[in-house]
Amino acid sequence: MTDEHFLDVKDLRIHFPTDDGLVKSVDGLSFHLERGKTLGIVGESGSGKSVTSLGILGLHKGGHAKISGEIWLDGEELVSASLDHVRSLRGKKMAMIFQDPLSSMHPYYSVGDQIVEAYRVHNKVTKQVARKHAIDMLDRVGIPQPERRFDSYPHEFSGGMRQRAMIAMALVNNPDLLIADEPTTALDVTVQAQILDLMRDLQRDFNAALIIITHDLGVVAELSDDILVMYGGKAIEYGTGADIFERPEHPYTWGLLGSMPRLDREPTERLLPIKGSPPSLINVPSGCAFHPRCAFEPRTHGKGKSEVPELIESEGGHLVRCHLTRDERRAIWETEIKPNLEATL
Amino acid sequence: MSEALLSVDGLQKHFPVTKGLLKRQVGAVKAVDGISFEVRKGETLGVVGESGCGKTTTGRLITRLIEPTGGKIVFEGRDISHMSQGKLRPLRRDVQMIFQDPYSSLNPRHTVGAIVGAPFRIQGVQTEHGVKRAVQDILALVGLNPEHYNRYPHEFSGGQRQRIGIARTLALKPKLIVADEPVSALDVSIQAQVVNLLEDLQNELDLTYVVIAHDLSVVRHISDRVAVMYLGKIVELADQKDLYKSPMHPYTNALLSAVPIPDVKGRQGRERIRLQGDVPSPLNPPPACRFHTRCWKAQEICKQVEPPLVELATGHEVACHFPENAPAKGDAPAEAGATA
Repeated sequence: MTDEHFLDVKDLRIHFPTDDGLVKSVDGLSFHLERGKTLGIVGESGSGKSVTSLGILGLHKGGHAKISGEIWLDGEELVSASLDHVRSLRGKKMAMIFQDPLSSMHPYYSVGDQIVEAYRVHNKVTKQVARKHAIDMLDRVGIPQPERRFDSYPHEFSGGMRQRAMIAMALVNNPDLLIADEPTTALDVTVQAQILDLMRDLQRDFNAALIIITHDLGVVAELSDDILVMYGGKAIEYGTGADIFERPEHPYTWGLLGSMPRLDREPTERLLPIKGSPPSLINVPSGCAFHPRCAFEPRTHGKGKSEVPELIESEGGHLVRCHLTRDERRAIWETEIKPNLEATL
Repeated sequence: MSEALLSVDGLQKHFPVTKGLLKRQVGAVKAVDGISFEVRKGETLGVVGESGCGKTTTGRLITRLIEPTGGKIVFEGRDISHMSQGKLRPLRRDVQMIFQDPYSSLNPRHTVGAIVGAPFRIQGVQTEHGVKRAVQDILALVGLNPEHYNRYPHEFSGGQRQRIGIARTLALKPKLIVADEPVSALDVSIQAQVVNLLEDLQNELDLTYVVIAHDLSVVRHISDRVAVMYLGKIVELADQKDLYKSPMHPYTNALLSAVPIPDVKGRQGRERIRLQGDVPSPLNPPPACRFHTRCWKAQEICKQVEPPLVELATGHEVACHFPENAPAKGDAPAEAGATA
């Protein structure tokens, strides 16, 4: 592994004690990211993807969560850092774009004022200078007539415009790390395409590291260099976009690909869903968390039920957490999965 | 071609916008503004569009949960557009609805048995071996454990709750099921389970579906024919294969090219159409062709004359002055005449 990554998360664990038991939302997660690169984190509800992003921003600090592991951002360790210090980094060093801009912006303040506030927290400038900067930002993210729109309130914006304003607010301090949690889920498909284009352009201009968290494999494929697939609080597959989409090795990733109807291929007769539903994080299944839903569990000779598989390198940085051997997985993908995904009517 | 189970002609729904103490009407949201289509027995008609295009209102109109402002809805030969609630009651057996959100569409204080059994009680239907037995049969049919008869909705996962909702619609063996975003609240792996279930039930019980959704890939998978809506109008209506292979309306083209594809190979090469701006407000829609404000092909005529929905190829209706992929003039009407 190269010496130092811009963002390096090592064995991150975020556990929440509840009356019903310990919820292991994130359980031993490691990944890294460089400036100018994009990491996509994919998973279903309860897989721990959003908790991870909030954890990096330090938003679980001071609460009930038990956090361990290391988060290195540009040479600084954040898990052990004080709350005040992490707070001073938020906005300036790292920023977040949330899913629903209507509930993450303050309804009583104008959009412009909220951007100005974010800017003045980190920059000692007059209101006029900050206002000018905020208008520039609104212009950058493609809001028409930014001078006039500066004084509008969030409810006066459409969904796409609000998400643009949200992005302007996140980028106003030129952060090095940008985390987008389901940034386009609440948007219509034509507006989603606009926002994805915008994020791609801005990331290139600002040379920021971007983490995009979503359940939509299409969105991930559009933006990501690397992809991390999460299940039950753990990474189950981690690799480049080509690794995940062209030679996936984990049965869960196969299941996700088989569950999606696709517009770029001839329609298949039937979708190939994963049986059952995502696990409860209080009663995570023994052994491999995916084993109750896995069609290939019988081929692990009982190991699936009893042993937690390790995340092991398959080839060239492509990591997989599965009891099946690499050759078994590749054979299954080539002979049993891939032909079915591409089967035509 | 099989006969029409439901046909809709010039359907309109305008919601009044009122102002002031006297509730003076100052305008109207033209949620659905003159649409015509038919649903044939045994088919699945998909309705797609972005938010505010009127697709949900359309679903609520054809189930007569709301009354249309204008136009006609004919179900099995009977005009139901302005039928009274009392007269509609027997019809409710034949037309059922699946809702989007499996969390808010099930009463949390009722057991599954009560929820799925409610249609029998309301309609006063006598079952051979009692309601409980009938409900348990339906639960088994949708893939739930019949033993869970006495459980409450909160004990089930999202996908299972959607199955409960489906079981409820099936209770009275309806002829037409309107599903409004049946899978959009579910996780990807669960979506596929529910889509497959809907297809299996259709084959087994000979159902007719109207599926309303914003997800173009789900609609393509499940539908026989697809209607694309924009601001209260149908802009294109065609067989699923024709619509996705050779879309004629610029809006359909834009929608299809905006869908992110889960593949890294084609990401650079794919040709993209990027629409500018958002969907205009249905309170004050653009005149003539409603899409002209965002359309890259728009010309003067689009701002002045509203394009009618016409059949340009067999079974392929489009409302556009400058359609794409259109067959050469001359052969379309002949073909249309031959099938009629």
